[in-house]
Amino acid sequence: MGWFKKSPWLLHYNATSCNGCDIEIIACLTPLYDLERFGIINTGNPKHADILAVTGSVNEKSKQILKNLYDQMPNPKVVVAVGLCAISGCVFQDCYNVLGGADKVLPVDVYVPGCSARPESIIDGVLQACEILEEKYAQQKKAKQSSPKSQTNQRQGFNHE
Amino acid sequence: MAHKNIIPFGPQHPVLPEPIHFDLVTEDEKIVDAIPSISYVHRGLERLVEKRDFIDFVHIADRICGLCSFMHCMGYCQAVEEVMGIQVPERALYLRSIWAELARIHSHIFWLGVSADAFGYESLFMQSLRLRELVLDIIEETTGGRVIFGSCKVGGVRRDIDSETLKGLVARLTNMKADLDELTSVFINDYSIQHRLVGVGFFSKEDAYTLGCVGPMARASGFALDMRTLGYAAYKFLEIEPVVEYGGDCYARCLVRIREIFQSMDLIRQAAGKISEGPIDVKVKGTPNGEYFSRVEQPRGEVIHYVKGNGSKFLQRFRVRVPTFTNIPGMIKVLKGSQVADVPNIILTLDPCISCTER
Repeated sequence: MGWFKKSPWLLHYNATSCNGCDIEIIACLTPLYDLERFGIINTGNPKHADILAVTGSVNEKSKQILKNLYDQMPNPKVVVAVGLCAISGCVFQDCYNVLGGADKVLPVDVYVPGCSARPESIIDGVLQACEILEEKYAQQKKAKQSSPKSQTNQRQGFNHE
Repeated sequence: MAHKNIIPFGPQHPVLPEPIHFDLVTEDEKIVDAIPSISYVHRGLERLVEKRDFIDFVHIADRICGLCSFMHCMGYCQAVEEVMGIQVPERALYLRSIWAELARIHSHIFWLGVSADAFGYESLFMQSLRLRELVLDIIEETTGGRVIFGSCKVGGVRRDIDSETLKGLVARLTNMKADLDELTSVFINDYSIQHRLVGVGFFSKEDAYTLGCVGPMARASGFALDMRTLGYAAYKFLEIEPVVEYGGDCYARCLVRIREIFQSMDLIRQAAGKISEGPIDVKVKGTPNGEYFSRVEQPRGEVIHYVKGNGSKFLQRFRVRVPTFTNIPGMIKVLKGSQVADVPNIILTLDPCISCTER
């Protein structure tokens, strides 16, 4: 793991989390764990974000919002599912309003286990996401060089279904 | 006369980590109406009592909310114990009170941090969360979890705290007091913060009563309502005086929370002095048959857990009425007539917990 070329920004959305993983994500950004030393800052604007951290499983109402947020993020982008709820639904998987993990809606790149996920594992997950982001960025660059019409390809990401 | 605009606020916004949506109807900068819409985090966990037995359900009660997980667990266990007529050992009651107060301290410091972020004090936010980590360390050493404690069960508690650790815990909290004093003096004395909070979002005592507000929202309007005075868990053995302020504005609500942090530290000190040796749990026999309302004071106010059993190992009905839900009518009343720039402050001084509210 080296220094990243870019400073990836993080967008956090609580799909149906119990709040536990959310406060751990906030704890990651504060002095003790300090995710900011890698250049990662928490942003509220999806159009500035590179990493989407989803906490909690997905329900009927948050499904569409999660999709909207993902579509508004510029390419390349990665999704980190934080906590057991975002992976499988945890103890809530039998609830009538829980559809399942975040991968029911979005292509998830990194899964961070734990209920609630510990800050150490969140940091590890986000850093792995950064590496995937770099790879995606390199792929996109390659694709751009090989085909001059890449501008239109890039836009397809926004018309996600 | 300006025309009316509707500003959508949420569900994804930087002020709160949780999704809640408001349609703010504005005339110029003034808010005329606020229409909340909830259920972005509705899971429907109350119906899970039909699928999990009453002992297993403790784990789900623990995960209703991350910030007040222990209180939910304690409220549920109290209700089931009352239905089944279980006598919880005294040591377990004291341990429950100690953990509940630790949870209150970490929740209130977290609130101080988030509200500092809302009025633009980035480094104050960082300092608050740095102090909160000291409390989380204590919680992790005694329960094994940072956010979800998992230490309460029907009939007692799962873990014991030995007397050495308990003494060390009180000493560490006392050491923390100096840092906390420095931090909170900024909230109390800083000119800019007073400018943002004093007189903003005024809420009278009559309104607090008629709209049924609970917790710091009611106590900041001069309404001494604290469920801990009912004497559940070990509070019947401790000296407790509700923290009351009379300002009724955002500043008063901030003061109530700051004073409650110190009050909780004092309660832990009292409990550590009075705790006696003994067993920490009793064996649970039989199944619940009957119903009970259990009332617990959360960091945000009074929470009610209703439990109804019919003699089988699956409960018939479980219901939670959380403080944020009862405070929402009050919040809407306060939002009407305020300025758009004050909306984040007003919503934050209520300290909404959406995952509790929607379950």
